[in-house]
Amino acid sequence: MRVNFTVNGRQQEADDVWEGESLLYVLRERMGLPGSKNACEQGECGSCTVRLDGVPVCSCLVAAGQVEGREVVTVEGLADFAKQREEAHQGGACASGACGTSLQAAQQWKAHGTDSQTGEGTELSPVQQAFIDAGAVQCGFCTPGLLIAADEMLEHNPQPTDADIREALSGNLCRCTGYEKILDAVRLAAARQDRQEEAV
Amino acid sequence: MDFLRPASWEEALAAKAEHPTAVPIAGGTDVMVEINFDHRRPEYLLDLNRIGELREWEVGADTVRLGASVSYTQIMENLRAELPGLALASHTVASPQIRNRGGVGGNLGTASPAGDAHPALLAADCEVEAESVRGSRLIPIDAFYTGVKRNALAPDELIRAVHIKKADGPQQYSKVGTRNAMVIAVCAFGIALHPRTRTVRTGIGSAAPTPIRAKAAEEFLNAALDEGGFWDSKKIITPSIAKQFAELASGAANPIDDVRGTASYRRHAVGIMARRTLGWTWESYRGTGRTTGSTEGVA
Amino acid sequence: MGSTRTTGVPTKITQGSRTKGGIGESTLRPDGTLKVTGEFAYSSDMWHEDMLWGQTLRSTVAHAEIVSIDTSEALAQAGVFAVLTYDDLPAEMKNYGLEIQDTPVLAHGKVRHHGEPVALVAADHPETARRAAAKIKIEYRELPLITDEASATAPDAVLVHEGRDDEHSRHVPHPNIVHRQPIIRGDAAEAAKKADVIVRGEYTFGMQDQAFLGPESGLAVPAEDGGVDLYVATQWLHSDLEQIAPVLGLPEEKVRMTLSGVGGAFGGREDISMQIHACLLALRTGKPVKIVYNRFESFFGHVHRHPAKLHYEHGATKDGKLTHMKCRIVLDGGAYASASPAVVGNASSLSVGPYVVENVDIEAIALYTNNPPCGAMRGFGAVQACFAYEAQMDKLAAKLGMDPVELRQLNAMEQGTLLPTGQVVDSPAPVAEILRRVKSRPLPPERQWESSEGADVRQLPGGLSNTTHGEGVVRGVGYAVGIKNVGFSEGFDDYSTAKVRMEVINGEPVATVHTAMAEVGQGGVTVHAQIARTELGVTQVTIHPADTQVGSAGSSSASRQTYVTGGAVKNSCELVREKVLEIGRRKFGTYHPAWATAELLLEGGKVVTDGGEVLGDLVDVLEDESVEVEAEWRHRPTEPFDLRTGQGNGHVQYSFAAHRAVVEVDTELGLVKVIELACAQDVGKALNPLSVLGQIQGGTTQGLGVAVMEEIIVDPKTAKVKNPSFTDYLIPTILDTPTIPVDVLELADEHAPYGLRGIGEAPTLSSTPAVLAAIRNATGLELNKTPVRPEHLTGT
Repeated sequence: MRVNFTVNGRQQEADDVWEGESLLYVLRERMGLPGSKNACEQGECGSCTVRLDGVPVCSCLVAAGQVEGREVVTVEGLADFAKQREEAHQGGACASGACGTSLQAAQQWKAHGTDSQTGEGTELSPVQQAFIDAGAVQCGFCTPGLLIAADEMLEHNPQPTDADIREALSGNLCRCTGYEKILDAVRLAAARQDRQEEAV
Repeated sequence: MDFLRPASWEEALAAKAEHPTAVPIAGGTDVMVEINFDHRRPEYLLDLNRIGELREWEVGADTVRLGASVSYTQIMENLRAELPGLALASHTVASPQIRNRGGVGGNLGTASPAGDAHPALLAADCEVEAESVRGSRLIPIDAFYTGVKRNALAPDELIRAVHIKKADGPQQYSKVGTRNAMVIAVCAFGIALHPRTRTVRTGIGSAAPTPIRAKAAEEFLNAALDEGGFWDSKKIITPSIAKQFAELASGAANPIDDVRGTASYRRHAVGIMARRTLGWTWESYRGTGRTTGSTEGVA
Repeated sequence: MGSTRTTGVPTKITQGSRTKGGIGESTLRPDGTLKVTGEFAYSSDMWHEDMLWGQTLRSTVAHAEIVSIDTSEALAQAGVFAVLTYDDLPAEMKNYGLEIQDTPVLAHGKVRHHGEPVALVAADHPETARRAAAKIKIEYRELPLITDEASATAPDAVLVHEGRDDEHSRHVPHPNIVHRQPIIRGDAAEAAKKADVIVRGEYTFGMQDQAFLGPESGLAVPAEDGGVDLYVATQWLHSDLEQIAPVLGLPEEKVRMTLSGVGGAFGGREDISMQIHACLLALRTGKPVKIVYNRFESFFGHVHRHPAKLHYEHGATKDGKLTHMKCRIVLDGGAYASASPAVVGNASSLSVGPYVVENVDIEAIALYTNNPPCGAMRGFGAVQACFAYEAQMDKLAAKLGMDPVELRQLNAMEQGTLLPTGQVVDSPAPVAEILRRVKSRPLPPERQWESSEGADVRQLPGGLSNTTHGEGVVRGVGYAVGIKNVGFSEGFDDYSTAKVRMEVINGEPVATVHTAMAEVGQGGVTVHAQIARTELGVTQVTIHPADTQVGSAGSSSASRQTYVTGGAVKNSCELVREKVLEIGRRKFGTYHPAWATAELLLEGGKVVTDGGEVLGDLVDVLEDESVEVEAEWRHRPTEPFDLRTGQGNGHVQYSFAAHRAVVEVDTELGLVKVIELACAQDVGKALNPLSVLGQIQGGTTQGLGVAVMEEIIVDPKTAKVKNPSFTDYLIPTILDTPTIPVDVLELADEHAPYGLRGIGEAPTLSSTPAVLAAIRNATGLELNKTPVRPEHLTGT
């Protein structure tokens, strides 16, 4: 079957999709967006978390056919998504942050030219930068899903307690870090966000 | 495999009538696991995501008509007052990501004894609105579960909504899992006080072939509360009543040994949860407020 | 983190770096940006035009003869390009294995465990491949099961492997025993007579899974020269290569391996999984083949931690001095040997723990059974032993009426202590000190879950499941300490290779470091860049992708990579530096006498004297010359253990960690919430303090997992795995993991580069027994098995 949907602000079309394919498979194998990860494919690890019409979901449990006409944001589009949210927030246009991507923004979207080895030169969202700075990344396989989940939590709970962070991230398994540095990263992102708000 | 994408409820009913073996998929949290792991290859998948009305709810005078696809997150955020037991149960479902997708319709459709919503639905009392091209009917929850992963739906029927009694008293829900989040129930227990009818209803999950009520425990407690004048006096339930209630609840369980837990542990745990949740609801009924809280994570 | 302390003990060996981003700084990962943007290419992300998907058909029974295999229907299916069985293997060599080549690439004549690979399919879509695999008909004739020591060593026991001819087969008492290592020192029997108290225990350690998140996966691309290019996630490229090339019938140079992104490893990628299968399918079809296991298959795709039964006896004088220790450790190796011999070596040689015991009688064995194969996992052998000896220490303390920490400190080993193998511990061993540090931390406040608004269930046992609002909850505190060997032991030639180049690019001196080290998440790439900066005085360091175009780096395991490949990078950098200085002397030596007389360093892009005088700029020294060195580097040699007495200088270095666990247990429901898991560890020298903390906290959490939830359950009647999924094999979530304050000591080991100590495994050892001790403290129960289940705590 054929599936049309928007990914990171761009219209995409997938052909010859097998009806049993998940959104995760389509993103990874058909759209060249392998950032969402395939750790369990049963909704028990959160590594494939994407936003579907603004809502964080496990893309392994969304049938490809179910995303027809809908909007998906993956880790590859997180920096742009966060930037547009920030701009919208500054301009007061979209308070919820779930307003998705404007057509204009979608047309402007492009993959950034970056250093292929280090990715230097890439613009990052605050939560992405915080994960690097706090040492929250080891093998990194859980990272994309955690970033989507953490970013969404900070969107509606900008000053989370530790218990709030733990609850919001309880659907994302990490096997390397023992989670301490992940907590540090989210606290750091929240604190930076706070400082920025004050500056505004 | 064929993927059917009805744009309206009527189209969905027509598709189900034409292909009774079609497997409905909404949140996908059960169906997609089975497909990803090659446990199931249905001839047709019937996508219900495009039917917006399934994600709506109406609060009536006595009941909440809860669309089959209203997400657990929505229930937690919007229906905590009307459906406190179900809201607590929703909070124990898997992870935030799963709660954003899954709904009560899926739990009922799958009818796994481990479904988290069942004990809360049994305790609150509800009717399942099932519909086919032949017409609509309301199935009482007590008649809904017919066997292990089997329910009272006809092959051409779909679940449209659940009509759940609005809480007229405190409700509680507990679930044992061997992890502090994202865990399938080893067993679960739901309780609802219904001061208007002066009855208590219960629900047990994962401790019998189907979700069940602890009927003997309910009957004992109803009689004991009545005889002791507890509903009026609001006095503390005596430990012996609580103990007997817990033992009868435990006795209602008919569990098995599996990788998640032993039968004897399940029986034991059901009793503990019955005693504790009765205590919490009764304290709340008495108005001491000792077991209520205000943050998201507080029960 | 406010609660994390680092204690620096200055030593001569620990050089400070005056070049920014050198050792000792918490520089950030060079792959961090790629990993947070989704651009980092993990092995499962590989994609190639026209690629096929490989699928493995695995046995549905644990032990059976294969009567027949019929692949005709599968081959006939549209979209299927190849179906392979044992008969299609192209070379004389049809087995592989880390230490013993006992594992068939595809089952031959019989299967020895549930989930053993029997056939392979390549097709144009994963679903096509799955459907075809389902059409392969295999007829099995089931054989009696070997599932434990009794069935393995019974007089009429079926042999899991007939006709063994490996190096251990000659000394084992039964062919179903992979390896046996006794260690005898002093006279335990005689000493037992003088003991005032004796404690005994029988302990059981469950089968743990590495549960790395990135599943086994990779891409094999056939090459025009008849060879193959393989992109894969592994822990040791060259060891894979040695096992892959012979079964493909290719010379090693025709199998070119490149490390893809590795989504965690923890020992589970030491063995071959899909590597050979993907190559076979690619060579057969002439097309690139990708194989990605799903989580179900991953549980069958790698070895697990050995489950163990451990029988211990300790004796002590009435004032607490250990008189003797006897133990017998039985490890279940499952159907294939994997790392079992090394696991036996570690378990036996570290079975007394970090204590002084002069009289010991030790025996460790690993069995061949029809259970799932077991092998390497973080801390292997030492983890199982630590769980048991630490339970024994608590038992002994209770019997003596002593404080459990004081008892440990009284018997703690120190630098100079003799191990039961007769080896001297010749570097700092601050066992008593790390115990003192975890004990001296203030305890977390009681009843943190309580607030004016009620009980916050997120902070209580049961968590979000809302099982208690404080009812039945009891607090407990427990301690444990452990010892782990660092690096490969028992005479193994443990070396690494580093190629380092220095040149001027765009007016700036740049170093390139090329090793075959598998970056599995530990941060080796970060540290290599730091070492190059420190030694070569450059800012810009390029880390070349790991591949087999450079010599072996050895395994990313045994806490060894920073020591051994870090050592190799340091060594190669030093050789490069000498060459650079030679160039400088040649060019500028006549201008300044210090070129000839002073000790020269490279710092901040300059050549400086040890007194700090700048002699020249690296850019001017090098101009358009580039200097490159590829060299091997080895740590001190070790010896095998004597097969009868276990004596020998078998180890290179040791790593010590201690934990204090604070738990709250719902004693009625048997649910546990770990409140805090404080750790103190000696790391010798923290090359990257942030990464050190990450390793310690991560290792601690894996230890917590096996204390309270993680276990692969094998049905004893069928030897089948009952919970191969993340639904039923549970690993800790962020709500199960407590705060993990860490106290880092830096006591230099003068034998190691920069004085560093391997760190990755030690925290996994002591975490588990500390949690168990805390649960025992809360409940008063004996608890001789890990993981603890609610059934054990409630007696149901």
